[in-house]
Amino acid sequence: MSISVTHISKSYKKVKALQDISFEVKPGELFGLIGPDGAGKTTLFRILTTLLIANEGSATVAGFDVVADYKKIRSSVGYMPGKFSLYQDLTVEENLNFFATIFGTTIEENYDLIKDIFVQIEPFKNRRAGKLSGGMKQKLALCCALIHKPKVLFLDEPTTGVDPVSRKEFWDMLKRLQQKDITILVSTPYMDEAALCDRIALIQHGKILEIDTPQSIVKHYPKQIYNVRANNMYQLITSLNDYEHHHSVYPFGEYVHYTDNRTDFNPKDLIQYLESNNLSEVEIAKTVATIEDTFMELAK
Amino acid sequence: MNNNKVIQVEGLTKMFGYFTAVNAITFDVEKGEIFGFLGANGAGKTTAMKMLIGISNPNSGKAKVAGFDVFTHAEDIKKNIGYMSQKFALYDDLTVKENITFFGGIYGLSRKRIKEKSAVLIEELELEKVANKLVGSLPLGWKQKLSFSVSLLHDPKIVFLDEPTGGVDPITRRQFWEMIYKAADQGTTVFVTTHYMDEAEYCDRVSIMVNGKIEALDTPKKLKEQFKAETMNDVFLKLARG
Repeated sequence: MSISVTHISKSYKKVKALQDISFEVKPGELFGLIGPDGAGKTTLFRILTTLLIANEGSATVAGFDVVADYKKIRSSVGYMPGKFSLYQDLTVEENLNFFATIFGTTIEENYDLIKDIFVQIEPFKNRRAGKLSGGMKQKLALCCALIHKPKVLFLDEPTTGVDPVSRKEFWDMLKRLQQKDITILVSTPYMDEAALCDRIALIQHGKILEIDTPQSIVKHYPKQIYNVRANNMYQLITSLNDYEHHHSVYPFGEYVHYTDNRTDFNPKDLIQYLESNNLSEVEIAKTVATIEDTFMELAK
Repeated sequence: MNNNKVIQVEGLTKMFGYFTAVNAITFDVEKGEIFGFLGANGAGKTTAMKMLIGISNPNSGKAKVAGFDVFTHAEDIKKNIGYMSQKFALYDDLTVKENITFFGGIYGLSRKRIKEKSAVLIEELELEKVANKLVGSLPLGWKQKLSFSVSLLHDPKIVFLDEPTGGVDPITRRQFWEMIYKAADQGTTVFVTTHYMDEAEYCDRVSIMVNGKIEALDTPKKLKEQFKAETMNDVFLKLARG
């Protein structure tokens, strides 16, 4: 296993940041930790990158124990923290040289690994890191995390605050890195990014809700979900919440995702009910669960 | 002027030196509408919004917000709008009640009105138990809901939301959108800037800015049809990549 986490718990005073977390990441896997702010994602990353010691449990990364072999882990993993942590006053090239030197290597030695990404920031190589745009900073940080050819790459919310175009490019890069035998653990609060991972763990309040492939996770959703829409969104949500048979009512873009308590639910009854509540243009259609639906059902 | 149009923008332009950050944008937003204002990093969203909320002067064009001209009545605009962003919201070192009182005061509400509003708001958000706790100690989702309510304290015609729900858990996020729908239902116009395309799906209409210009403006449904895309994310990618 590239990463093996066994019954890890961590508390900060009264706050239980992580509670009995266990999971494994296989070599070459792209594994996603999916959860909102405050779920415990960063705490877990800091434990696995040897920057923090857990209260309970054990973990290994690239075969090394996070406590006993911490020095070996530090030289064999790459870590891109959520907060931009490069030297803002050094140029792009200076930052990269600096990290290469620290790890006892050179840009040339592993250029092959960063080439795809580096060519995109090369035109700005003499610019100070602090003066780069968000997307460019992120690419530079990834280059710096890769410069020593790590076995395992930790990316803590790499796409937070990044626009859709840069996000798409970033995920394309991760897919390419994966083919170069790098195991990747990535965290994100964006449920739509879960589908891009091989396997995911849904995490909230320091607990893992479920671990599986994104495809299996949505297949296990226990109910039939209906897309409902009408002429007035607010009245629709209020009416659905007042409907005695509702199981869940969640706005989902232009629709509301609705599930019913009954096994013999007939959408026609619901249409009738909504129309009697002065709603018009009512539409109801079956839809399939998304990762977000599953997350909410599990977190309920 | 059409009273149903609370934002009217025509050829609005902002230059920084030789760089045109906002290039002659034109659009209207109606009363009670939830309007999504989208664009990639650097597309000009923030610059455009700063002009609309009266804190940046345009170089040319016309714009009226809540009935006031952005060139001549910027101060009136500020009094008639609400604003909430992820970055700046409430004071962590003040309690829930103190924050409400503080912002009520800033918006010029009377003591009596602040007291009434404060009681209603705390009850609606079910914050009775934490009313005297520091805002900094509340979970992110609670803070955001409180922050949204505070931005509505002075019953503004328009509320501007800057990336309101990033990072929040999916259930809280939906409670937040329910609050937005409620405000819109009561006639408040909601102007949302974001680059998270799933937030865009919730809006009545969205505009997409690319390199300082509005390149698309319609309902999410029609934009998806027009660009033959399944999600707003795909629409955005097609537009931004050309």
